Amino acid sequence: MSSASTAAALAEPQPRLRGRAAVQQHIGKRMSGAEIFLRALEAEDARVVFGHPGGAVIHVYDEMARVKPNFKHVLVRHEQGGTHAAEGYAKATGEVGTVLVTSGPGATNTVTGIADAFMDSVPIVVFTGQVPLPLIGNDAFQETDTLGVTRSITKHNYLVRAPEDIPRIVHEAYHLARTGRPGPVVVDLPKDVLMSEGVFGYDEAIRMRGYSVPHECDEMRLRRAVRMIEAAQRPLLYVGGGAINANACEALTELARHLNVPVTTSLHGLGAFPENDPLSLGMLGMHGTWWANQAVQHADLIIAVGARFDDRVTGMVDRWAPHAAIIHIEIDKSCISKNIYADLAFNADAKAVLEALRPLVRARKVKRWHNKIQGWRDECPLSYADDGELRPQFVLERLRAKSGGDAVVVTDVGQNQMWAAQYMKYTQPRSHITSGGLGTMGFSLPAALGAGLGLRAYGIDKTVISINGDGGFMMNAQELAVAAAHGVPLKVVIMNNNFLGMVRQWQELFHENRFSHTDLTDTNPDFVQLARASRCAAFRAERTDQVDGVIEKAWAVNDRPAVMEFRVVKEEMVFPMVPAGKSSDEMITSKHAPETFV
Amino acid sequence: MNEEAITLTPQQLIRKRAAGEPVEAGAAPDIEQHIINVLLENSMGALIRVVNMFSARGFNLDSVTVGVTEDPTVSRLCIVTRGSVRVISQILRQLNRLVDTIEVDDLTGTDFVERELCIIKVRCRGEKRADVLQVNEIFRGRVVDVTPDILALEIVGPTKKVDAFVNLMKPHGIDEVARSGRVAMQRAPQPEDGGSD
Repeated sequence: MSSASTAAALAEPQPRLRGRAAVQQHIGKRMSGAEIFLRALEAEDARVVFGHPGGAVIHVYDEMARVKPNFKHVLVRHEQGGTHAAEGYAKATGEVGTVLVTSGPGATNTVTGIADAFMDSVPIVVFTGQVPLPLIGNDAFQETDTLGVTRSITKHNYLVRAPEDIPRIVHEAYHLARTGRPGPVVVDLPKDVLMSEGVFGYDEAIRMRGYSVPHECDEMRLRRAVRMIEAAQRPLLYVGGGAINANACEALTELARHLNVPVTTSLHGLGAFPENDPLSLGMLGMHGTWWANQAVQHADLIIAVGARFDDRVTGMVDRWAPHAAIIHIEIDKSCISKNIYADLAFNADAKAVLEALRPLVRARKVKRWHNKIQGWRDECPLSYADDGELRPQFVLERLRAKSGGDAVVVTDVGQNQMWAAQYMKYTQPRSHITSGGLGTMGFSLPAALGAGLGLRAYGIDKTVISINGDGGFMMNAQELAVAAAHGVPLKVVIMNNNFLGMVRQWQELFHENRFSHTDLTDTNPDFVQLARASRCAAFRAERTDQVDGVIEKAWAVNDRPAVMEFRVVKEEMVFPMVPAGKSSDEMITSKHAPETFV
Repeated sequence: MNEEAITLTPQQLIRKRAAGEPVEAGAAPDIEQHIINVLLENSMGALIRVVNMFSARGFNLDSVTVGVTEDPTVSRLCIVTRGSVRVISQILRQLNRLVDTIEVDDLTGTDFVERELCIIKVRCRGEKRADVLQVNEIFRGRVVDVTPDILALEIVGPTKKVDAFVNLMKPHGIDEVARSGRVAMQRAPQPEDGGSD
């Protein structure tokens, strides 16, 4: 089948059922554990499963061929790619991503993606095959203690011991992944459980006495919040990915505009508040804007929404926001007062709190505060040299102009990620996907593949742009062929400076230009040839005047990925910057360079 | 270091106090020992998840005891740990965050009973044996095994009492010590008027 016809066949998503209604006709029937598992996935409305077969799960794949479940299985070419694809699927659609792999190496290959999802609160469920129960502990072929390995990087994990337990455990796994602070759940499926027979039963109710979603949003807290907000002279909203997870962006935007309070976001908060709004200060933190960090350092009230005061945001914790009282709205209690003490905390759903707050609180006149922020904006705008050299920031601005802010941008890790955060100007939730907490190079391409397939499965027509450096691109380049096989028209950008750019930047700034093992000039492949060999369209730009032409050509491809290699200058650095472990006051910008760092 | 001496803003002072951290630069926060009871799903892997969380997050774990409760699907853990106010609050929240934990209670600062059981083998014969038995009597211990050379004693009590007993036995020559770790339970509240009976 040609890729174009595959795309056409998948273009029309059908109305789908979820829960008991989806599996009604199978209830009470005897079937193999493997089929029970497939039916349980149907009940969860898993629309795409990213997987790779192997010995321990061969019966699942066999049943898949026999009973033809209603989800699409995507054969990834490395299990790590599968987990990132599931993350991309989850982040683009807001639904739970699904991964299916075999035991041993299949399971261990998912570990990076699981850790990534754990750090970034991404709802995915990873099903791993396991050797038969009687062999567990015997060092059997392809045996790994998957529960042990994934214990500290999952929200929860399960070993299934009987086929009848599969529907309950699958249902709990999706429930845990999706609710509260989302996160990855691993379900380990021993081969004998999949092979043996059982009766398929399905119960919608979740019975987990140790798990509940908190809702601490009482009258007293709300009244206190109102007093704090109305008393503030220099208020600031600091928004993280939790606002997007909670679907709180509309409520947030309404409240911010109602109060006339400026908004800064973390890396994962990008898109939660439109960056073209005058109240938006862009990103804060290590590579945030000068004015956002100055606003933090001068604010007298910070309302943190779904954010965890990560060290990339705060720098030196003791010196962060020294004048600000903190209101923290956060679903995960362990994030409250972990790094920065919260004077008032709502351990609750962000949307519910913001909506409850909105009618209670009056706007304050904070004109002086806005003027002050405007001063910082004028003092040190984002900028890069305009000398005719091909620079990544220029490419991003052209991509932004082409996509009009309507695309889903999936970035890799490093300089490309920070420039994409600074220059792409996000205006919609779920339009920015990245690996923030774990900082996983090789994330972008498979995550973009997952995002593209997820959007397609939900009938959402959006361009997906994958932004990579040359280093990270090579870490999961095998998934390019998968995107081509499924006709996903990704726009894949490679900012090729023939260097591991972010490490190079630190080596130049802090390690006296010793570019130890970061120069890739002699080891990088020809990316255009690599892309074409993977059945993708590919174009290259080496000069600024070629950029728009390449972008146009890439956008004209609609049946497979289009790879754009931009040969950018290698010396370019990401500024502004708060050096690691320093205070947000000590930013390096074109104008502010504390002598200790340069 | 001289930058540290910069006076803290009122907000920074609030944060330091809330975290139980000293205001003076360079001073270490007070470390407190806490006894935490956890009701846990009595299922495979639940205990290891708790213990693993302590090691993964770098928390201190002085002792853990575990046993099933009156409900066979629930086990009770008694955890003894140490840390600053901030660390203890993180420990409680991370414990609560685990899916298998049903209830988490910090007993420290409440009215609770705690006990530890210790079996100790002391090498003694002749006159020394009378001394050992006398101390054992004072501590309300029980003799659980006797040979011509060895007395095995069982002692139950708060950890301090057990510590004291073990220390008193040291000069006699301890052969082996087995301690259970602590178990603790909150006392029921007393009726205000002293009760009806």
